[in-house]
Amino acid sequence: MTTEAPVEPPVRRTKQQRRAAHIAEHASGSMWAVVAKLALLGIVDAIAVYALIVLIGYQQWGVATLVAAVTILVNWIYFSRGKLPAKYLVPGVIFLLIFQVFVLGYTGYIAFTNQGTGHSLNKDQAISSLMATSLERVEDSATYDVTVVESGAGELGLLVTDPDGDVWVGTNETGLEEVSGATMENGKAVAVDGWTSLKFGDVVNRSDELEALSIPLSDDPNDGALRSPDGSKGYLYTSTLTYDPVADTMTNADGIVFADNGTGSFTADDGSVLVPGWTVGVGFDNFIRAVTDQRLAQPLMYVTAWTFAFAILSVATTFFLGLFLAIVFNDMRMKGRKIYRSLMILPYAVPSFLSALVWAGMMNQSFGFINEVLFGGADIPWLTDPWLAKVSILIVNLWLGFPYMFLVCMGALQSIPEDALEAAKMDGAKPWAIFRLIKLPLLLVSVAPLLIASFAFNFNNFNVIYMLTNGGPRDTAAPIPVGFTDILISMVYKVAFTGQTRDYGLASAYSILIFVIVAVISIIAFRRTKSLEELN
Amino acid sequence: MMVNKKGALAFGALLATSALLAGCSGSANPADTAKPGETTEAGSSSENTLVVWVDAERVDALQGAADAYEEKTGIKVDLVGRDNNTIKDDFIQQVPTGKGPDITMGAHDWAGELATNGVVAPLELGDSAADYLDVALKAATYDGTVYLLPYAVENIALLRNADIAPNAATSFDDMIATGTAAGLTQPFVVEQGAEGNPYHLYPFQTAFGAPVFGLDAEGGYDPTKLELGSAGGTEFANWLSAQGKNGTGALNTDIDGAIAKENFLSGKSAYWLTGPWNVGAAVDAGINVAVDAIPSPTANPAQPFAGVKGFFVSSESKNKVAANDFLVNYIGTADVQLELFKAGNVLPALTAAAEEASADPIVAGFAAAGADAVPMPAVPAMGAVWQYWGIAQAEIINGGDPATVWAKLVSDVAAAIK
Repeated sequence: MTTEAPVEPPVRRTKQQRRAAHIAEHASGSMWAVVAKLALLGIVDAIAVYALIVLIGYQQWGVATLVAAVTILVNWIYFSRGKLPAKYLVPGVIFLLIFQVFVLGYTGYIAFTNQGTGHSLNKDQAISSLMATSLERVEDSATYDVTVVESGAGELGLLVTDPDGDVWVGTNETGLEEVSGATMENGKAVAVDGWTSLKFGDVVNRSDELEALSIPLSDDPNDGALRSPDGSKGYLYTSTLTYDPVADTMTNADGIVFADNGTGSFTADDGSVLVPGWTVGVGFDNFIRAVTDQRLAQPLMYVTAWTFAFAILSVATTFFLGLFLAIVFNDMRMKGRKIYRSLMILPYAVPSFLSALVWAGMMNQSFGFINEVLFGGADIPWLTDPWLAKVSILIVNLWLGFPYMFLVCMGALQSIPEDALEAAKMDGAKPWAIFRLIKLPLLLVSVAPLLIASFAFNFNNFNVIYMLTNGGPRDTAAPIPVGFTDILISMVYKVAFTGQTRDYGLASAYSILIFVIVAVISIIAFRRTKSLEELN
Repeated sequence: MMVNKKGALAFGALLATSALLAGCSGSANPADTAKPGETTEAGSSSENTLVVWVDAERVDALQGAADAYEEKTGIKVDLVGRDNNTIKDDFIQQVPTGKGPDITMGAHDWAGELATNGVVAPLELGDSAADYLDVALKAATYDGTVYLLPYAVENIALLRNADIAPNAATSFDDMIATGTAAGLTQPFVVEQGAEGNPYHLYPFQTAFGAPVFGLDAEGGYDPTKLELGSAGGTEFANWLSAQGKNGTGALNTDIDGAIAKENFLSGKSAYWLTGPWNVGAAVDAGINVAVDAIPSPTANPAQPFAGVKGFFVSSESKNKVAANDFLVNYIGTADVQLELFKAGNVLPALTAAAEEASADPIVAGFAAAGADAVPMPAVPAMGAVWQYWGIAQAEIINGGDPATVWAKLVSDVAAAIK
């Protein structure tokens, strides 16, 4: 299948010999291969160069270095002779690093921070945001028409027309000075000698400078300073907060001092906090809170119990139904097996999101298809009774999951050697005994790892829960909004992401805990399945 | 075609590298459209771009306004259609990284969350503040500061099938009686669902004198004054119970949005308490739709929540001057607001535009129903209220003891806010 030359023997060759080998390789029909390789690597390099230009433009030196290093590495590997293992491994390793290692590492990092609502900025951003919102327009102050002007030295200033028609000009340094002889347009001064009036487009280009422009009206700071948010109207503002960069404290209008308390916000002695705060590391706080928070600890127990029950029962029911159907449709006496088999796969072909939503509609107590048609107008609370809701979830998950198990078991059954079964029959074994003692153990050898994977999947099967019941019916006795069918992952979602206060740190800590649980169970289970393999 | 190992590998490398680049651009490489003000020193105004995130369904509505603004000022307005369900979370996450837009479209009740996260900049409406509908201005203000440039006001009202019920109902009981007399088993529908829907029941709750929060000195909601637990709250709970499963059956948690719609469109129900977003479907279905004020179960008016749509400026925008100018001096004009109204059919927030838009009887109906509307609280504490509110109402409708369930709701909410 390949036209590549075999790995060269480790003998030294002369230059001519190597050239000859090279030409020979080309002549042997790998021309297209080289062209394809060059073209593909060319595309990769082109993208990399483009990325580098963009990254350097945004001064992202770290990432740029990384991209350059990876690109050089990839080129070196694919242009050098030999290095066959690397040629196979590199794409996979790069994928692994991006999609697994990076994600895990980042989740781990977030778990040790306080990131969430009110703590999503960095400290500088939080300070500038606090300063911006602390500006208050002086009560009952007028609106001033302003024109943005530039001094000969290139400094920005405002040409202000006050409501009485007097004209003032000034900068941060000079304060406002009355001027005369300004050019007026519709009662608004638009130009004055000694200053250049800026066009709107130029004002926009100097947004930062205009934002920094805050011209004090008088020596008394309570009179406010003139600012112009849009370059055409000016208003008087006073600031209710002052920041002291040396002491790293904020002082408000009442003289209360807010200090950085190390937990990511400015806090006063009386415990009041300025929002927004910023992101800081908090050590193991999130993990401790995840297991000790009073409001969470109480529902956590039964949610964990139901999560295990849900995952185990889902795997068991889908496996046995799938196995049963596989055995039935594997029987030669069955007619039209192909049609039935295709029908069996149908639930698998519909996206599970959609199926769960359709089932939720069919299980509606008053209007659902199941109660209305199948049960002749019965009033069965499929999704609103705590126990029935659990049963409903298992039924729907059975519907969604059995085709997979059916396919898996079909394959596994067909791989069981006929002669073993024949021999058992000869020895007079009954069908049930054959199934229990020969078929099932042999089947489990190949299927057990898939069952473990299926368990891990169902343990975090957020889709079914979210789409079918959304964790409901709600446990109105619980102090947090948790329902009787919530599994761990959906409870974490509700705790961390619903409502208006998000807590990414806590959510990451929880997901790491869930990951550990699933990993431990999988490891134990895989060890135990080793004993099955001895059957072979 | 010949299968070739090297080619396949090179292709894998291509995928991997481009994936790596994609991964990088997610964390470090700002999307090229999202970096306005990059040409700060260049001086040519035509290179300036305002990036505006817009609900994907409203891009077309705003395109005209964006083009006109560019023509007038030379500043390009780049409208980026975003999924309305994720726009708020994306904004909160992207602004701190410097990658977010300059402006985002949003609902006024995001203001609390956005301000708490420090991702939104204050806005100065100046003298134009007086030109907005009172409810819109109140909604735009959070904690004494205006953050939102309002462009549309939305509230629920009562849709009536005029073929079945020719006259507007005078009270809640009158409405049910009229529908029953016309032979309907479910004369009135309102979206509920298993977890309740307090937004749609709020007008009835306010009719009993039980708003969620009291007001502070500046007229904003004060989360420390929880009024759910007032005497009116218990009266409302009793009324809910009477209209629920063990009572008249006017309220039913099995009726979700889709079923309510289906019932009204098929004529099984004569009245539907819903918002302007559903009028189109009713008209298309050939229903002779009239829009009435919400009939009150008491002598007091039924005050629905008003949701105000508008635009927020990012606190990290490098282009705040243009952003302020575009919003306050352009989107805030009657012409543009009417333009947006024509595309969205929601009552404009600017009084002058609202009056003109009310020439349409349906819009006028919603405006009349919203005359007493109160802005939905934007305080983050409201999140805690939502978590418990609907579920308690659903429990009462389904036969729970009204006094006990309501008392638990009040104590749960109080504990969660604390």
